Amino acid sequence: MKYEPVIGLEVHVQLDTKTKLFCGCSTAFGARANSQICPVCIGLPGVLPVLNKEAVNLSIKTGLSLECTIAPFSKFDRKNYFYPDLPKAYQVSQFDLPVNLNGKLEIQVDGKSKVIGITRAHLEEDAGKLNHDETGTGDSGVDYNRGGIPLLEIVSEPDMRSPEEAYAYLKALKAILEYIAVSDCNMEQGSLRCDANISLRPEGQEKFGTRAEIKNLNSFRNVQKAIYYEMDRQAKMLDAGERVVQETRLYDAVSGKTRSMRSKEEANDYRYFPEPDLVPLVIDSAWSDSIKATLPELPQAKKARFVKEFELPEYDAGVLTTEIPLANYFEECVKEGAKPKVVSNWVLSELLRKLNDNNESIETCKIKPKMICEMLNLIDKGTISGKIAKTVFKEMFESGGSPEKIVQEKGLVQIADTGEIDQIIEQVLSDNTKSVEDFRGGKKNAFGFLVGQVMKASRGKANPQMVNQILGEKLK
Amino acid sequence: MSAFDLQKKLVSGDLKVTEAANLFLSQHEQVDSKVNAFVELEKEKVLKQAQALDELSAEQRQSKKLFGVPVAIKDNICVEGTETNCASKILKGFTAPYDATVISKLKEAGAILYGRTNMDEFAMGSSTETSSIKKTANPWDLERIPGGSSGGAAASVASGQVPLSIGSDTGGSIRQPAALCGVVGFKPTYGRVSRYGLIAFASSLDQIGPFARDVKDAALLLDVLAGADPKDSTCSEEAVPNYLEAIDKDLSGLTAGIPEEYFIEGIDPEVEAKVKEAIAQLEKQGVKIEKVSLPHTKYAVSTYYIVATAEASSNLARYDGVRYGIRSAEAKNLNDLYFQTRTQGFGDEVKRRIMLGTYVLSAGYYDAYYLKALKVRTLMKQDFDNAFKKVDFIVTPTSPTPAFKMGEKVDNPLSMYLSDIFTISANLAGLPGVSIPCGLTQENLPVGLQLIGKPFGEETLLQVGHQFQQATDHHKQSPLL
Amino acid sequence: MSISKEDVEKVAKLARLQFSGEEVETFTSQMTDILKYIEQLNELDTEGVEPTAHVLPIQNVLREDKVTNGKPSKTIFVNAPKEEEHQFKVPQVIE
Repeated sequence: MKYEPVIGLEVHVQLDTKTKLFCGCSTAFGARANSQICPVCIGLPGVLPVLNKEAVNLSIKTGLSLECTIAPFSKFDRKNYFYPDLPKAYQVSQFDLPVNLNGKLEIQVDGKSKVIGITRAHLEEDAGKLNHDETGTGDSGVDYNRGGIPLLEIVSEPDMRSPEEAYAYLKALKAILEYIAVSDCNMEQGSLRCDANISLRPEGQEKFGTRAEIKNLNSFRNVQKAIYYEMDRQAKMLDAGERVVQETRLYDAVSGKTRSMRSKEEANDYRYFPEPDLVPLVIDSAWSDSIKATLPELPQAKKARFVKEFELPEYDAGVLTTEIPLANYFEECVKEGAKPKVVSNWVLSELLRKLNDNNESIETCKIKPKMICEMLNLIDKGTISGKIAKTVFKEMFESGGSPEKIVQEKGLVQIADTGEIDQIIEQVLSDNTKSVEDFRGGKKNAFGFLVGQVMKASRGKANPQMVNQILGEKLK
Repeated sequence: MSAFDLQKKLVSGDLKVTEAANLFLSQHEQVDSKVNAFVELEKEKVLKQAQALDELSAEQRQSKKLFGVPVAIKDNICVEGTETNCASKILKGFTAPYDATVISKLKEAGAILYGRTNMDEFAMGSSTETSSIKKTANPWDLERIPGGSSGGAAASVASGQVPLSIGSDTGGSIRQPAALCGVVGFKPTYGRVSRYGLIAFASSLDQIGPFARDVKDAALLLDVLAGADPKDSTCSEEAVPNYLEAIDKDLSGLTAGIPEEYFIEGIDPEVEAKVKEAIAQLEKQGVKIEKVSLPHTKYAVSTYYIVATAEASSNLARYDGVRYGIRSAEAKNLNDLYFQTRTQGFGDEVKRRIMLGTYVLSAGYYDAYYLKALKVRTLMKQDFDNAFKKVDFIVTPTSPTPAFKMGEKVDNPLSMYLSDIFTISANLAGLPGVSIPCGLTQENLPVGLQLIGKPFGEETLLQVGHQFQQATDHHKQSPLL
Repeated sequence: MSISKEDVEKVAKLARLQFSGEEVETFTSQMTDILKYIEQLNELDTEGVEPTAHVLPIQNVLREDKVTNGKPSKTIFVNAPKEEEHQFKVPQVIE
């Protein structure tokens, strides 16, 4: 039978605050084990939490960017369970009255856009980290440095219908979070974590099937892969007439498989109740408006503006606005006087490829916007050809030298002298009499071969338009 | 001598702090082997503090409201560098690495931190019998319980070992032992005193408060303890009035409410008689007496045992043997660590309450028990709101009976729970309450008069209590030890 | 509502407590008594009554985002039952 996947994602974002959610301990990454802890965040007897204002501000900022309703009244609750990384044996979270509700996020897949609903985004504290003995024997160690760091859990509606949509959702979400600078979104350091809920239903059926929750997804690609695996696993079960059980499964990136995690699941009953040590959070419109005023232009709006203002195709605008630094780079090039579509072409093809190949970012790139403009000017003036420009570009990327200097030093100035080109053409024609005959005999593609030979003889420096023109005349 | 007079004498230098401390220590040596109020009292620690205080200049002494006055600390309030056990095996060996806010305030006020007093394990009990350390006796009758959970705190003051002590009150744990030991015990409005450093039993009900021989001393100590704390989100910013000034006003113009629901079947006739005498006394002093109704009083114990145990089940989950306290030696894996540590570390009453609290929060029962209790809590609060439209304070007995015999109620948890019936409502509604001695029964057992006030109405309660004591001498009675 | 032995065992597991067969019996009967008493709350109609989680109308108690715990306290491990290389040790956790 054909099945349709129903996918919802839960993304945990570490909010970029200086201190933890309920105490004044630093949140800096990479410190020595248990060097950033205090009586409050390791849950010593008698301690009490006090809420970090900045964490609330960043939550509101995220909520506004995801078009959520900011709850005028929200509160904190305790989620009770035993685990060594959870010092109080309860996690302070928000159960029935989260800060943000009912948002949405637009994604693009295959050139089509789709709106994914955001159920809620709530504040909670992170747990510590368990370090296992590598030999697989002996004790485990607990490091509470991460314990108490503020997280915003963003829960989507089960609106996604393919692994690609899930991937696009994560990309779009990350773009927004980076735009508004609420998190560094570093997946390796765990500041962005994702769990996926997935179920299958026969195509055309309204009712959802039983879902599995997949954890331990450490990259967006793995989310996609895990969903594919899970779709396959569940489809086989359904086809065989088996029932899918509702459970938590772990994704193993090495084998590409998911496995049941029943150990942790056993009789989970979190016994949520209102956290008596914290008072309610009341966010009035003055507060949320003051946060709204700090919001930058968001990816969707920027993309729309690029299309309108710079007359770029949707695709170009989409790619250019995935990250703020790239969008800024592009806009700076335009400000320096470059033609938008021409810059876009260079950025989308040459620049992004080079950055990708060399594992570099736009921030560290040696080619500055001004240099791209200078290079484009050289092309416009006819000093270099488009082809030569690629050589110049490569040189600029590596050395960071100005395009003019590179052209000078490497002798890359285009040959635009009729006499000189004429001379080269004469030589090529006499060396390739066969092709000349072919052309005259009606084989039109012989012309292209001859142009190629002329360019080669000029070591690429001949002005292509002039070559075309002169060669055409000579072969008439 | 009252703490108030003692402080004056010590500030003036008429009496050295060391001398005073030695006097209290010798009383301790004489009586505590019988009373067992203290779980720890180190002579050297006390004298070291006293010596340091003796070295202060006259000017420095002036500003210290409790200069040189010993204050005993209930074993659930953290003192840096001192063992704090909550009278539980599970916290054996736990040394608090920080001071509770009230401890910082006591230090600042020049008080001597004078040993730790016994209590029911994790403050769960009404007789101090659930302590894993020792049993405390009632100084008036050593066969009887001192009340609880702050039994040691009440007994330490009643037996003259210390002029002041601090305890905590979740459902009557200050007022009930104060009544049973014949001293003054004051539970402030929820949020009046910081809970930071008080080892939590039920966070939405717990409050720290003073014990003293008379109301004026209680006012002196409350004045030091009260006030906002940036470390406790539930602590109020409401300004703290000058309590010692408030107590001198006479009682004319005040109206007391007498709730009929507190004079019910089951109340000891002698207790009822003493409380009624006290009410007559207040009337004589110019207080207008009016009947009020608190119709939901009979639901207080049920509501309390849901709310308090639910919060406790969560608050006590952290005792898992990972970061502090005892850890089961036999634990081979993580599950053993949890089950064995907690099973060996907690006593029966604590286990019973953790069980009850876990049950009322568990899936399928939350709405029927916990949510229901929170709604009844609202109704109880409304009862008081309505009553306080007509009256300035409410007068009731503190406990339905005088001190009972040790062992009498240990096997019947429910009958033990019902002994808190008159004190619990003030915690559920967050109101201030004080128990004041109002006479002795024929068996020479103290009876307590409870005054319940409006939110942040501490001044009125202290004023009424002080004026009552100016006209009577119940508080001057002492047990023969 | 009465509580069964199985309920008591289930709750004990959730609370990480162990009881002997005899203890389970005692707890079951004591908890049944208490729960029966507590059930008097059902006499009350609480339809439309707002629950009270906090008695005081305090809200928005917030802290500035400033690091106040600069250096880790040396006393943090003083109470640790088992500590090695700055970590709290627990029996091996299998995930």
